[in-house]
Amino acid sequence: MSILVGEDTRLAVAGLTGREGSYHAMNNRRYGTNVVAGITPGKGGQDVEDVPVFNTFREAVAATDANTAMIFVPPRSAADSILEADDAGIATIIAITEGIPAHDELMVFNVLKHNPDVRLVGPNCPGVLSPGKANVGIIPAAFFKPGNVGVVSRSGTLTYQIGNELAQSGFGNSTIVGIGGDPVPGSSFVDIIALFEADPETELIVMSGEIGGSAEEEAAEYIAEHVSKPVVGYVAGLTAPPGKTMGHAGAIVSGSSGGGQAKIDALEAVGVRVGRTPTQVAQIAVEILGG
Amino acid sequence: MDLLEYKGKQVLARHDVPQDPGGVATTVDDAVEIARDVGFPTILKAQVKIGGRGKAGGIKIANSLDEVREHATNILGMDIRGHTVHELWLQRASEIELEYYAAVVFDRAAKAPLVMLSTQGGMEIEQVAAEHPDALATLHVDPLVGFQPFQARRLAYEAGVAEDVIRPVGAMLATLYKAFVAEDATLVEINPLVITPQREVLALDAKVTLDDNAMFRHPDNAGLDDSSEADPQEAMARQRGLTYVKLDGDIGIFGNGAGLVMSTLDVVAHAGGAPANFLDAGGGAKAEAIAASVEVILSNPNVKAVLFNVFGGITRCDEVARGIIEAYEILKPTVPFVVRLDGTNDVEARRLLADANLPHVYPEATMDSAAARVVELARSAEGASAP
Repeated sequence: MSILVGEDTRLAVAGLTGREGSYHAMNNRRYGTNVVAGITPGKGGQDVEDVPVFNTFREAVAATDANTAMIFVPPRSAADSILEADDAGIATIIAITEGIPAHDELMVFNVLKHNPDVRLVGPNCPGVLSPGKANVGIIPAAFFKPGNVGVVSRSGTLTYQIGNELAQSGFGNSTIVGIGGDPVPGSSFVDIIALFEADPETELIVMSGEIGGSAEEEAAEYIAEHVSKPVVGYVAGLTAPPGKTMGHAGAIVSGSSGGGQAKIDALEAVGVRVGRTPTQVAQIAVEILGG
Repeated sequence: MDLLEYKGKQVLARHDVPQDPGGVATTVDDAVEIARDVGFPTILKAQVKIGGRGKAGGIKIANSLDEVREHATNILGMDIRGHTVHELWLQRASEIELEYYAAVVFDRAAKAPLVMLSTQGGMEIEQVAAEHPDALATLHVDPLVGFQPFQARRLAYEAGVAEDVIRPVGAMLATLYKAFVAEDATLVEINPLVITPQREVLALDAKVTLDDNAMFRHPDNAGLDDSSEADPQEAMARQRGLTYVKLDGDIGIFGNGAGLVMSTLDVVAHAGGAPANFLDAGGGAKAEAIAASVEVILSNPNVKAVLFNVFGGITRCDEVARGIIEAYEILKPTVPFVVRLDGTNDVEARRLLADANLPHVYPEATMDSAAARVVELARSAEGASAP
């Protein structure tokens, strides 16, 4: 098994006719992901390398039974596209788009929270990869192989770094989930850790956090109460100065909130081992799994 | 984007937030002219994005044109905790009977706007929360519903607002919320919110932060960004579309992906070094963009060594290597480079660098070893340049 994406994934891509959208969607298809539809208003009836394009998500779902959406449209229309996918009954929505206004994300989050069957991953995320099964997004799949480590991360390249070190130690992944670096992510660490806890294939969970917000502290509380599997943590940005946004819109220490050390302390207080460097994270994971 | 006080006030004025009229001056003569218009007593306030202006002598009251001239001369050009004062805001000094606090904050954890009201204005809100919790009322607003009149009443009664101004204080909160949404703000804070003897409710100060991601909806607001305060490297990086943050150390950092770059800063600090910058070249950077990044990093005179830490996903390591070689040819750097490239096309990248055989370019296999190497190189450079 895996979480969120797998052999049952039937992917509809908003923005398939765009340059980036088609490039990555075709990469995903070459990996084995079942890409069934594209959505671009006004381009219904066309195709992109034999993937049919529809004007609306509803048409796409009716014609192809799409069950997963990838959002690859520009920031100004991304919130609209996410809501359209939800309206069409798509349960897993993965939003890659970076730069969506914070108020739009707030609106989307508050609409979707009334529908517990829908899971939004992202925005501003690299996507979700279940090695050997399906890849939805921009994660370079070549570095990962199937295995028993679930990874959830706010950062893309840091995930590749940690994943690569695990692979060099002989470990593969059940699923790798990038939840994104924005202030209001659709899915939090807690949401994804809950899915990994329930996934029989996942034996160890790696969570890679960073400064800003309180998602790591909330994860620590959740882990203490609900998680039986071992969790290894990492927090990037310990030495970042307060008040500066470090690349990700959500990565900012403001006043007394969002600091890295407090996150590490919260995680260690509930028994999560936290690596001080990405290399240490992989070493701890290998120790726990008996590499 | 954090706005200077007077620019925040300009934004709030569009939404009819009540405030005293005033003007901004960059010279003493301008200040005198503005004071003549607004009348006395006049308050002069240094425009810098840092707290503690009053204590630093950046806020003064003048009762005559001579006093305006004297204070303006002192404040313009003053340094307030590392921020030089280039602009001065002048307005009529209202008589103040009560000082309150009001704010609308983008609460990430709650995924909802948080509205706060306190009858203890004029001090930091953290201090109010600690020392006068009874005088602080807060509530979250459902962004799909908006701020409701009953919420304004609830906050006003809970905070203990004077009976006769409950209505105008509530109206002020509603207006601030409206501005928060309409301007795509992540913070609107009025401290103090003053009540005059005539029972007027006025915004005496304003702290407004706008969401950079929403600028496409607010072309007018792009002009509110003040480059006068920007650091030269940060301004140069912004022109080139790079994500760059200047730091205090001497080790230049180049990386791809915000998380990996943050992690690189930490690993360098862990190895005993001090990063000079955060620079995220982003995904899929081409050789030209990489050369431009290197130029920005090296334009900081504090830089004694540069660490390239790249994990190629979309970014191809061979492009990074080409960029480094190109930058080397153009810039002829005198500081050493430590290069760690892993991921897409890494073998080709290492071969390119080996073939180029550049002086002072040291490849390293891992992030940790690269950090240790660059710290060592920066230290020896420090020793060499010491008098």
